[in-house]
Formats: sequence, structure tokens, C-alpha cells
Amino acid sequence: MKRAVTISVNGVSHTTEVEPRTLLVHFLREHLNLTGTHVGCDTSNCGACTVWLDGMAVKSCTVLAVQANGSDVTTIEGVSANGDLHPMQRAFHETHGLQCGYCTPGMVMTAIKLLESNPDPSDDEIRRGLEGNLCRCTGYENIVAAVRQAASGVTV
Amino acid sequence: MAIATEQGKGIGQAVHRKEDKKLLTGKGRYVDDLKLPGMQHMAVVRSTHAHADITGIDTSKAKGMPGVTAVLTGDDLEFAAGVPCASNPTGDMVHPVRPPLAKGRVRHAGEPVAVVLATDRYAAADAAAMVEVSYSPLPAVITPEQALADGAPKVHEELDSNVGLVLAHKTDNVDDAFAKADVVVKHTIRNQRLIHVPIETRGVVADWNTASDELTVHSSTQVPHFLRTFLAIVCGVSEAKVRAIAPDVGGGFGSKLNAYAEEFIAAAASQKIGAPVKWIEERSEAMLATCHGRAQDAHMELAATKDGKVLAMRAHYVQDYGSYLQMLTPLISQLTLLMSPGAYAIPEVDVTVTNVYTNTVPTDALRGAGRPEATHAIERMMDILALELGMSRTEIRRRNFPQEFPFTTAIGLMYDSGDYEKTLDKLLELSDSKDEFEKRRAEADGRGKLLGRGLSTWVEVCGFVPSDVARSALGLTPGGWESSTVRMHPTGKVTVITGTSPHGQGHATSWSQIIETELGIPFDDVEVIHGDTAFAPYGLGTYGSRSLAVGGTAVHLAATQLRDKARLVAAQMLEASSDDLDFEGGTFSVKGSPDKSVTMQEVAFRAWQAFDMPEGVTPGLDETVFFDPPNCVFPFGAHGCEVEVDKETGKVEITSYIAVDDCGNVINPMIVDGQVHGGVAHGIGQALYEGAVYDANGQLLTGSLVEYVIPTAVEIPSIQTHRTVTPSPTNPLGVKGIGEAGTIASTPAVVGAVCNALGVRDLDMPLQPETVWRAMQEGGAA
Repeated sequence: MKRAVTISVNGVSHTTEVEPRTLLVHFLREHLNLTGTHVGCDTSNCGACTVWLDGMAVKSCTVLAVQANGSDVTTIEGVSANGDLHPMQRAFHETHGLQCGYCTPGMVMTAIKLLESNPDPSDDEIRRGLEGNLCRCTGYENIVAAVRQAASGVTV
Repeated sequence: MAIATEQGKGIGQAVHRKEDKKLLTGKGRYVDDLKLPGMQHMAVVRSTHAHADITGIDTSKAKGMPGVTAVLTGDDLEFAAGVPCASNPTGDMVHPVRPPLAKGRVRHAGEPVAVVLATDRYAAADAAAMVEVSYSPLPAVITPEQALADGAPKVHEELDSNVGLVLAHKTDNVDDAFAKADVVVKHTIRNQRLIHVPIETRGVVADWNTASDELTVHSSTQVPHFLRTFLAIVCGVSEAKVRAIAPDVGGGFGSKLNAYAEEFIAAAASQKIGAPVKWIEERSEAMLATCHGRAQDAHMELAATKDGKVLAMRAHYVQDYGSYLQMLTPLISQLTLLMSPGAYAIPEVDVTVTNVYTNTVPTDALRGAGRPEATHAIERMMDILALELGMSRTEIRRRNFPQEFPFTTAIGLMYDSGDYEKTLDKLLELSDSKDEFEKRRAEADGRGKLLGRGLSTWVEVCGFVPSDVARSALGLTPGGWESSTVRMHPTGKVTVITGTSPHGQGHATSWSQIIETELGIPFDDVEVIHGDTAFAPYGLGTYGSRSLAVGGTAVHLAATQLRDKARLVAAQMLEASSDDLDFEGGTFSVKGSPDKSVTMQEVAFRAWQAFDMPEGVTPGLDETVFFDPPNCVFPFGAHGCEVEVDKETGKVEITSYIAVDDCGNVINPMIVDGQVHGGVAHGIGQALYEGAVYDANGQLLTGSLVEYVIPTAVEIPSIQTHRTVTPSPTNPLGVKGIGEAGTIASTPAVVGAVCNALGVRDLDMPLQPETVWRAMQEGGAA
């Protein structure tokens, strides 16, 4: 039996009925057509689906849409305003922190929260902070560089 | 890093990628982002047995489930051909026929047996679980050893045995060389079975218009044109009615260099139900049913003089094909054979490859595709030989490098250009001296760590491939050329259409840089189209580090051809002889009268108008070139790393990693460095963490990313990249491939470092803590 949920996504409130088993990531992608949040595994290992739920970075494949009822969700589409890149997105661009781009939205969502909790991380802290997000293209070198650059506030 | 804006955005500049913005903002378009009207979701019912006869499929319960449109089995879908293989190294190799949906028998756990089509993916998955398949299990062979044993059950009844193919190459005086040698070292080097794990799994949306018989297939593929051709052949439809589209693709690493059963099934199912069909692979399916890689053992022998000169090599490789031939399965171990001597001038070789069917997932290309296997084997053997002779690992390499290029190996490949000592020297310059290292090693010992260093000096063959070589030496169905169109619009903007199919490699950026340099059209005025067979001339796609050397060269040549035509139009406009024109910065000017000039954009407008065209010159500036390379290219380099091994736990940490690579001239150093970083990380994954494991019954034990561990940012060290530049004489850009270099180079360097730390000859990968800990207990240096 379907359940009604009201979830605010990127500042817009959505009330709809979902199957109770609907994953938040499928709610975002298939009900709201916010396809920037990706699915990369079945087991919460890869982090491609990372979004912010009430200000916390969470893996949206591990949250049910009904659990997000009444919550505020931010996806990658909600990070940059008016077409301007968020400083973290700009840093990824300038340091070549992405290749195929599939892990990138989740990586950016995690990285922004990482700097919120630790504004001046060491490289080691950056690597530990990104441990829940897998990338197969970059070897992480330039992702770490992007976070470091975003933390420094300097752009190229 | 050079600041691109100061020097333009042409060849050689570290230009930031034009691909990035949409990918960073969630505006990329991957297959799963696509919705079509009436689209049905497909779920695949897969074999639960490694080898079995299907005795019945009961679809009645599934058909009654909510939202279900159809349940289809091998009896419901007709195909004109089986899943294709485009490699036949000997020309007479038998390709066992594999129907896209199993008919009667399954040969590996995970093989598609039936599909469910439903209105959403949840309903499809629910119904797939209700399809009841009855099996009569057959004895299975899971390892090549089992498959090669006397009386082993056969994977394919129609073959004489489980040996699919034997390849051999032997020079005349191998046995003499072994007889004369001062020392012979012998060892078995294993490349474990790996799973590619691009973060985006496979996916397909097939839309068969039953009125017009037009088939449009969106697929997460590296090879859209091959896919179009094979869809036409397998589904029995005119190729002219098939359009294949690779949208944004979330990584491939060889796993998407293929045409898979599910792509054909989705197309046929779409025809059957008269609606678009979407299939998005779950990660557990990707582990179970997408091709695997490596799975090769090398039984190696080197014969050498006491001063370290290698006289001869014997190599016997045993390649696990898995249960069927995928698109290039037989090519992979053939490439191992071709690169078996590695970066060394070994005068005599005796190389055999035994390729074996087993009841496991088929193996095929995985980043490096046969060359990492060859490189790991020969590099480990050079370390073992050095140990045997009490010689340094750098010195033994130096003594066996080819000294002159082009260099023809005993296998018959002609390495186009190289300077192997230069990369090795640079690596040594960048590394700590032996004294410094020994000091740190002693210090580390006091805190319970064993330090070790390793290196590899690698070379690979890439930039596939001269078409006649594809036929005569490799036995491939297609040649190895690449296409490009360069089109100037009346407003002076440029569209490049490339036959390559990037999925992270940044071709839109690099090809635009080539255009800026060749035509003087600003980088930002260039758009690059790829991955859609409706727009592009036939292209062979992106794999084997071929895109720049072959596809980039095609862009360069098409631009050059366009510029030559533009020169004729400009000459008419300037009332000068075309020989009297200079071309610089996008402007044609009359020699000696620089104020008499026209820009390329003005020429484009005139060519579109076609007013007052020179005699015999056709309207428009729109050139297409098919480039067939005269040779492959052979990038090379030297990688070194240092590891710390925990004496208590056996855990390995890589504390430094230095890559010195030579891929000839560089179009975009930022992108090249990125390719090396990713390749090295992939090779570290093989060395330390990854391995696909089957149990004795052929059930995959590493069926998710919980059991199959790919490295995170914590496991991968900071990777230093450096370069030397030895241009390739094979193409006018002087470029070589770099996409697979890191993967080829890093695995032996890491394993060599751990062996050095422990003081052992060799260890079988992956060097997970238990393996290392056991080696220490068995008499390593602990």
C-alpha cells in the first residue's frame, strides 16, 4: 500500500504517494527526474548516490523515501545557484578531479560536507573523509587536490 | 602546470575540460537517466548453476504479477546469430555458438535464462524472482587445471576438449641458448581473475519501432558502431535501420568493449512487445555476468649469462577463457604473447599460450588487456633473475634494454621509438639513494615495519592497429583505422565528429585543442560529437589506448585537409597564388603583405556562399578522413614505489609512488597525468586487493563490492607523475597512448616492493594481509 510523503528537495516541497520500499535515490531519480544522483552498487559501498538529508551527507540508496518524510534533501542539482559552480565544483574542474563523471556528484556532495566539518583538512584527513565514495578513473589524486584547493579558497 | 589562457588552448596546454560542467552539476546524461514513452523495465533471470541442462521454465506465476508485461525465454525470442566474437587468431578457431538467451543448457552461473518486462524496475525484479527454472546439474570445470585434466567434463560438447586455442611462437635457437646459459631461473607468475567495476554498470534502452523497423539502442558502451553492426547481424535487421548511441558513459575499462547478450535481448524484447525496453544492470549482476579480466598463469623460464644478459625466454601462458567467447576474448592472451619479452632485447623466445574453457564468466579486455599480464610476468622474472645473480634490479634491466629504435623483437613486433634508459635514469634521480633508503629501512624496522622498494620498466603496444596487421597477425574481423569529420559552419564555428567513443578520456577537450592548433579556431568555438552512429562516419571506438594515436590523428588529418582547401579559397579571395599565402593564428595572409589577409572564419563563410570559387573547388569546408595507422605505437616508462609492511598484520601500505612515462608528444598534460593516476590506482588494486573468487561449484563468492574490494582514497597513495618525450614516428602528431600505462606498470612495481620488503622471490596476488602474513610466517624476513 502506498504512503504519502512530503519531502523538500532543493528547496521545493513535494507531496506524493510512494511504495514504502521506495529508496530515496529512486524517489529522486524516477519520481522527481533529478538524475544527477547516481546508483553504482547495491550495497552502500560506492557513494555515487550521496545527497544531503537535513544537512548530513547520506547514501540515498540506504534511505527509504518514507524515512525522509518531512525532511530537507539537497541533491547535486541544488548545489550550484544560477548556473554558477559551487567552489567545490569549480575546484574539481580546475584540478581535473573528474573523468567519466559518474561518481562525481556523490563525491562533490561528500566533499562539501567534509570541509564543513573540517575546514582545513590534511591530505590524510581528506582521504579518510572520502573513504565512502569510490572512483575508478582518477586514482583519487586530483579529487584530493580539488578538496585541498576548495579548502584553500584559491582558484586557478 | 601551464596556464592555458596565456598561451592559447592548443596542443600541449593543460586546458581544463569542456566536458566537466554538465557532469559536475548533475546534467550528464547516462543511460539510466533516459525515459521513453511506454518504456518497460527488464529484469534478467540468471542461471544459478555453473553447468546444467534447463529442464523447464515455469513463467506462469511471474506473468500474473502486478505490472508485468511479458516474460520471455529462449524459446520466445529468435536471433539470427549468437553473441559475437570478432577475434580468430588462427583463422580456423571454432567459435562455439551462444544464443543471447540460453537454450537448453547454461555454462556459467549468471547466464541469462529468461527476462521479465514490467512497468517499473521494482515490479520487474519482483516477477523475476517468481520465474521457476528447473535444472539438471552437470559436472562443471571451474579452473583451467580442472578443465585440462584427463576426462574432464567438456564445457562445449562440439569441441574436442576444453582447449579453445593454442598459440605458439618459437625462434630457431632457444634450446641452444638455454644449454649455453650460466643461469636459468624458472617461476610461475599468476595474474588473478579481476572484475572491471566501472562505477556505472552496464545499461541499455532499446527502442524498436515495429512500424518502420527502425531500431535505436542507447547503451553504455565503448563501441557504438560495433554494437550497431552486431545488433543488425544478431537481431536480423538492416544495419541501415539501426542507430546505436553511447550517451555519457560512466567508465568502461574494457568491460564495455563488447556486445552483450542483454543488449540483443533488450532489442528483441522491444520488438516483441512493441515498446521501448530499459535494462539497468545491478551491481551484483555486473559481478556475475559482465566479462571478467586477467585470469592467466605464466610458467616462465629465463636463460642468462652470469653478468645478467638474458639469452632466451620460455613462456607458457594458460589463459582462462571462461565459458564463452566474448567480442575479443581470444585477442587478449594473443597480446600477452606479442608483448611477452617486455622492454628487453631477448634474442630467443619460445612462447606458447593454452586457452581453456571453464564454467565461469567469459574473460575479455580489462585495462591493458593482455599487456599487464605479459608485463607482470617478465618484470617479476627480471627481479627473480637479479636476485639469483646478486645483481641490482635496475642494472639487470639496463643490460637488456634495446639500444636502437625502431627495434624489432624476437616476436616480430617493431617498437617504433624509445629511450628506456632515460625514463629509468629519471626515476632514479627522483628516488632516494640506496643509503637514504637503508637508513629509513633500519628506522622502520624498529617500529615494526618492513620497508621495500620495487620498480618496473614497461613498454606496451597500443594505438590499434594497421588494418592489414589486424587481419594477418591478429585475426580480427575489423581493421584498425579511425575516422573523423571536421566541419566548418558559415559562422566560423567548428564541429568535429569523431569515431572514438570517450567515457572519461576527455576527447572533446583534446580534439578541440588539435583544432585550435591546426585551424586557429578558438578552442571554445569547437564542439565535438561522438558516440552516435546517426551522426558519425563509422568509428571503431575507444579501447586499447588507441583514441589519440589513431582517432586524434584522424582529427589532425581532416583539419589539415580542410585547411588545404581553405587555402585555395583564401587565395581566390586575396587574388594571390595559394603558394604565396602564410597561415598563422587562423589567418591567411599574402607573403610580404601581411595587411592583405582573410581569417579562416571569413573563408568558411565564402566557401558556404560558394561565390567566386576557384576552378574545381567544391562548396563548403567539411572534410572526412579515415586514418589507417602504419604501425602501432609503443609508449614506455619506469615506475617505482616504496612500501611499508606491518610485521604483525601483514598489511601493506604504499608510502611513495613515482611514475616516469613517455607517451611521445602530449596534447594535454593534465589529462595525461589523470590517465596515469587512474591506471596506477587500478594496478595497485590488482596487486594488493582485488580478486574474483569462485567456489568449487562455480558460484561467485565475490558477488558485490563488499567482497570484491576496489581501493578507496585511503588505500591509494599520492602518485607523482613525470615524463620524458620521445615522439612516435608512427603518426604526424608524434603521440602514443597513455590510458593503460599506469595499470601495466604499477602491478609489478608494487609486488616487487613487497617481495623486497619480505626478502622473498615472489608472491601471488592479491597481496592481502593474510597472504603477506603467511609469507612472513613461512620464513620471510619477519
